[in-house]
Amino acid sequence: MAQILKTDNLRVEYRSREMRNATKLALRGLNLEVHAGEVFGFLGPNGAGKTTTMNVLLGFVQPTSGTASLFGIDVRQPIARQRIGYLPELTYYYKFLTAEELLRYYATIFGLSRSEMDQRIDRLLKLVELEHARKRPIRSYSKGMQQRVGLAQALINNPDLLILDEPTSGLDPVGRMKVREIIQRLKHEGKTVFFSSHELGEVETVCDRVAIIHQGELKVVGRVDEIKKARHANLEQAFLEIIGFQPETAS
Amino acid sequence: MRNIVAVAGVVIKELYRRKDFYVLFIVTVLICLVMASVNIFNDDKIVRYLKELCLLLVWISSLVIAITTTARQIPAERENRTLLPLLAKPLSRLQLVLGKFFGCWFACGLTLLCFYVFFGALSASREHHWPLMNYFQAATLHWFALGIIVAMALLGSLVFAAPSSNSTICFVVVGGILLVGRHLDKVALPLPEPVRSVLLAVYYAIPHLEFFDARDLIIHNWPLIHWRYFMLAIVYAVAYAAVFLTGASLVFRRQAVN
Repeated sequence: MAQILKTDNLRVEYRSREMRNATKLALRGLNLEVHAGEVFGFLGPNGAGKTTTMNVLLGFVQPTSGTASLFGIDVRQPIARQRIGYLPELTYYYKFLTAEELLRYYATIFGLSRSEMDQRIDRLLKLVELEHARKRPIRSYSKGMQQRVGLAQALINNPDLLILDEPTSGLDPVGRMKVREIIQRLKHEGKTVFFSSHELGEVETVCDRVAIIHQGELKVVGRVDEIKKARHANLEQAFLEIIGFQPETAS
Repeated sequence: MRNIVAVAGVVIKELYRRKDFYVLFIVTVLICLVMASVNIFNDDKIVRYLKELCLLLVWISSLVIAITTTARQIPAERENRTLLPLLAKPLSRLQLVLGKFFGCWFACGLTLLCFYVFFGALSASREHHWPLMNYFQAATLHWFALGIIVAMALLGSLVFAAPSSNSTICFVVVGGILLVGRHLDKVALPLPEPVRSVLLAVYYAIPHLEFFDARDLIIHNWPLIHWRYFMLAIVYAVAYAAVFLTGASLVFRRQAVN
């Protein structure tokens, strides 16, 4: 299978804000490979380095050492982002634009033709069930509607790789189910999805493979059923065991 | 180019969908109309004072719009996290900086057009003539001065943490240049070294915004500025804006976006 996403010995150091000259290691030599057509779950507790990895993949943060590539192109090249869609966690889109205008703006950056743009905007607004609100300014949208606009913008270029940072955070059960349905649909269309989540049930349902990262270090990569089988536990118990979490026993 | 136009288009949309411009325009119009309706001391040349005050208000309003609009652009994108999906698209940071610059500059151009049309109508109603070329030169120079200020505020928005501190610093710097910048060389000459050299260096380094202040041209109906000097001023503005934009691009390129 073709390699879509690759990190090679990726290391990211941040300068600590609290202590001058002190550095914080966010990623310690991360090696990751994601293949075409798979749904890949990227798991880890808060502060494990999931968002940092995504930030490097999207060119937002320069790695201290190591390399990262998308479709074989170095992530520092803007062209590496031509075939990806990205949904960040908790984004407040331009309040003064309507959903249609926002999608048109992003579609222009991808260089879509006018007819293609119209067609895709109609299809996506229908997919995320925002057709009725397409002419309304985003300032009047609920949190769930904003997240759905975010999903639509991530799909505007019909991406081959979709990077989702906690896509269901802050959504109600219906919204979560909708996002899961969309991920499944993309999987059937042969798209690659790379997403981080704390919802292990959701990960179990939709992911082909998962990686578990803790304190910037990759702990496990593999198929969900293999990880569960190796530890004779469900994914949540396996996850806690891998990150070394010791539950407090009742006295 | 397509990406720069797309980013600039959103900036222009933001300006005309926010209330800032309308408030400043209405306040300027009301003050000018009230002043135009009275004839203090029955002075025949009162129209010159009216024009002077009206142009001063236009300059102040345009500075407020240029600085506040530009200063909030990139910090607001960071704060609302819209910078993330935007830079996750095939858009380089240089294109984003240029898009923001052209958006703010063209938006300022549109507001200037409104202000100068109103000013022209008001003064024509009193003087019964409309020196179009004078208006063209004064407004164009004004617009290019705003180009330097927009580029400077954009660089400031990447250097200073908060838009409010950037706006304050920009207002102080622009006000300082307009009020005392032109006199720095004369102030420096009698001073001892090294203060003299420092002041002279500041004098030659700062963009001389007073070159673009052609208000007297329309207040006193002076003859047109020679086109050679007019073009030189335009080139001067383009050069300074380019310096600030290069600085902004270099700073932004090294910044983490997370």
